Amino acid sequence: MEFLNDLKDQVSTAYELLAAGWGVQLLWGIAWTLAVTVVSMLIGAVLGSLVAAAKLSHRGGLRFIGESYTTVFRGEPELLIIYLFYYGGTQVLTGVARSTGSIGSTDILNMPSFLGGVLAVGIISGAYQAEVFRGSFLAIHRGELEAARAYGMSAWLRFRLVIVPQVLRLAVPGLGNVWQLTIKDSALISVTGVAELMLTANKAARSTHHSLLFYTVAGILYLVMTSVSTPIFEKAERYTSRSFTRPK
Amino acid sequence: MSANVAAAAQAASSPEDKSAISVKDMRKCFGDHEVLKGISLEAHKGDVISILGSSGSGKSTMLRCINLLETPDSGEVRVDGELIRMKQGRDGRQMPADIRQVERIRANLAMVFQSFNLWSHMTVLENLVAAPTHVLKRPRAECLEQAEALLKRVGIWERRNYYPPHMSGGQQQRAAIARALAMNPKVMLFDEPTSALDPELVGEVLRVMRSLAEEGRTMLVVTHEMGFARDVSSKVMFLHKGEVDSVGEPKEMFARPPTPQFKQFIANFNK
Repeated sequence: MEFLNDLKDQVSTAYELLAAGWGVQLLWGIAWTLAVTVVSMLIGAVLGSLVAAAKLSHRGGLRFIGESYTTVFRGEPELLIIYLFYYGGTQVLTGVARSTGSIGSTDILNMPSFLGGVLAVGIISGAYQAEVFRGSFLAIHRGELEAARAYGMSAWLRFRLVIVPQVLRLAVPGLGNVWQLTIKDSALISVTGVAELMLTANKAARSTHHSLLFYTVAGILYLVMTSVSTPIFEKAERYTSRSFTRPK
Repeated sequence: MSANVAAAAQAASSPEDKSAISVKDMRKCFGDHEVLKGISLEAHKGDVISILGSSGSGKSTMLRCINLLETPDSGEVRVDGELIRMKQGRDGRQMPADIRQVERIRANLAMVFQSFNLWSHMTVLENLVAAPTHVLKRPRAECLEQAEALLKRVGIWERRNYYPPHMSGGQQQRAAIARALAMNPKVMLFDEPTSALDPELVGEVLRVMRSLAEEGRTMLVVTHEMGFARDVSSKVMFLHKGEVDSVGEPKEMFARPPTPQFKQFIANFNK
């Protein structure tokens, strides 16, 4: 009985705390987390396709750059890269601004936290996406590329009409994976001060001393985000591979 | 200078006028292995040339060198009298001097592949209109109309909205032939079009090819179908170890094989 009463108390405290404004803040946290993830995925898609192209190039120099990129950014801890971009970026910006005289010699020019964060996470995401794109390109049936050449298509037409649609089809499952990684990496940029879900949960936990409550709620919210994205990617996969599944 | 002009004038008025494809002294090595040892070929408009040879004789390589899917090491290729210009690459190998010219010429040399190579993410109809609309820049409505007519002709109009992986090999190859026809090509190149098919599906593809030959299309056909070579083609060319062993009129060639190699080759087929 006592246990049940205790639980009831807990639930009503939780309700009060969430209703008192923390609930809305957590929802904003979700919005920022999604914004960071989406922007990072887009930055990663651009970088990833360039790096994949470099790794597939027949020029040794480009291949070396591509290989180094994926080795470094998959091989370093994410947190280190975020610190490097945020604090390192601040140092560089400050140095440049001081030397050009745009700020005083004791002022500091901060790296914008959202920008620094999504750049770091986007670059990491790009390293994983590059591998996905490269594998997808290699999985395209060579004969179809050859047919595109044989029918007089220019490199650009082959890219647009044959390579991109097929790479996208083959990449969807792998991209779903990277999306989950990127959602989780977005939590790390709380260190730069972006008020995404992790930072908000942290703030709530510290100022109310209800750590168990807020970290559990945040955990559930992350799980909701990652598990909602799974059926979306499955649907995309069904759509893009419709030419290979039996028609009903 | 005047000699050049005279030569050009002669070329314009000579039988080359009717030349669809002319290959002179084509050579190609893969590593140390010389696959083509100086092949020459003359195809006039309306010719149906069957190219025979055992595997490794270089017949597919020769076909692929004509539309530059492989780059020949030396020799010249003319399509409709136009020389494909080549230059020396940085690695010392020959390469096309003007890729735009090659792309334009390829669009006139529609190829049909052994493994069909239809674009698997497009429906059959999309496969037929992709190159005509994007490469030849013809209006889409006109291309769609032609595509439907071609699919009726090869007997797979009902499958126009299917994706290639959902069709049989014979249907895919007929779709691939329709895709080639949609380019209104000057010459059609067939690279062992029936070799990947189940035996019972070969007939439907050969029937389409025979009807193309009968309407006077210029075709180069690398094939193992002796019946097609003998009964349909206007010329047979037999390659042996990277060289042209013999060329001739099919009935004559099969009745009286001109060389021991060709005799041996058809004897092996009749076993």
